[in-house]
Amino acid sequence: MQKASIVIARLIDKYHAELLRTWLDRLTRESGDQADAAQRKDQATKFLAALKQGVAAAQFDDIRSSEWASTREVLEEVSRARALRGATPAETATFVFSLKEPLFDLLRREAGKDAEKLANETWTASLLLDKLGLYTVEAFQKSREDVIRRQQEEMLELSTPVVQLWAGILALPLIGTLDSARTQVVMENLLQHIVTSGAEIAIIDITGVPTVDTLVAQHLLKTISAARLMGADCIISGIRPQIAQTMVHLGVELDVVSKATMADALALALRRIGKTVVDRAKPERATG
Amino acid sequence: MDQIPILKIGDCLLVSIQVDMHDRLAMALQDDLTNKIVSTRARGVMIDISALEIVDSFIGRMLNNIAAMSRVLDAVTVVVGMQPAVAITLVELGLALTGVKTALNVDKGLALIRRLIDGEEDSRDRREG
Repeated sequence: MQKASIVIARLIDKYHAELLRTWLDRLTRESGDQADAAQRKDQATKFLAALKQGVAAAQFDDIRSSEWASTREVLEEVSRARALRGATPAETATFVFSLKEPLFDLLRREAGKDAEKLANETWTASLLLDKLGLYTVEAFQKSREDVIRRQQEEMLELSTPVVQLWAGILALPLIGTLDSARTQVVMENLLQHIVTSGAEIAIIDITGVPTVDTLVAQHLLKTISAARLMGADCIISGIRPQIAQTMVHLGVELDVVSKATMADALALALRRIGKTVVDRAKPERATG
Repeated sequence: MDQIPILKIGDCLLVSIQVDMHDRLAMALQDDLTNKIVSTRARGVMIDISALEIVDSFIGRMLNNIAAMSRVLDAVTVVVGMQPAVAITLVELGLALTGVKTALNVDKGLALIRRLIDGEEDSRDRREG
């Protein structure tokens, strides 16, 4: 092991330019686009330098050890860049795996006719590059998950607006499925607005909720109960015909006033706070 | 021992809970309140819990009990000033306090009590007249 690693380090040192060139050729051929050649070269150079440092270290085959920290860092950076660009895991792993061919070529040249030495060293190098490749995929996966998590958080923030329709009337248009995490956000948001605006009526519009099953209904009821505890009555609006059917079939009961459209709900809310909407009998000449 | 003051405003009683509730205090409050409802012939009870930051099932039950007792003595109970976090906690505990009327603040609570009392009297008049 120790010996082989030294061989690899020496090879990288000796044939650095050649190795880099053949590797980059392969990378370009396999990825098929020329656009980010400069970035690729930069990444490859950094990786070779880090790899050299790593193989010279004592704990040669344990890529989790501290000697491999800089290599891991480079790989994480590469994976992150690719994840953000929308590359596939295979493309990302190719970055490491495509080093095999040029490196094995060099090893073969170095070992000459010594078959046993060649086999040993190829095996060691292959093992190492496989580990590094797997680590790249892992890092890629992690970056992707970070991206997804961030998007989820952003969606959560975006999709729960509370709108003031009138003095004392709030509207809460819900878009998307209601899970428990979202219900929590919606609830907190609504209650906070009830406090600041002193609203007595909240209209929860579920036009944008794709399905209402027992769980969603339970979440809705929770929100309504919490609003009631704060002294605000809720009206549900925007129940689509199919959803009304599903709810009845499932035996879901929302024990609150519900209206088919937001307009009906607003009319009811206005009536409750003692306002009326009247048609002007004769169109008067507007003043402004 | 602490005592929770009960203030009389017209024909309403105002109870403002400003300290941590514990069993003895809650029992004493129920005692005091029922006595006071009878002696002042109050028609409405308002419980202000705006200073309560933490609730548990015990306080939830206490509020329910007070509402039930007042109802027996022909007084409506309105709980006012609940904090959002408290409301969420109660709902998560499964205590929706369905038997209790609620309002956002003391102002709205008083208006609600007035409406409830007047409404009751209207319907009673109609029934009897």
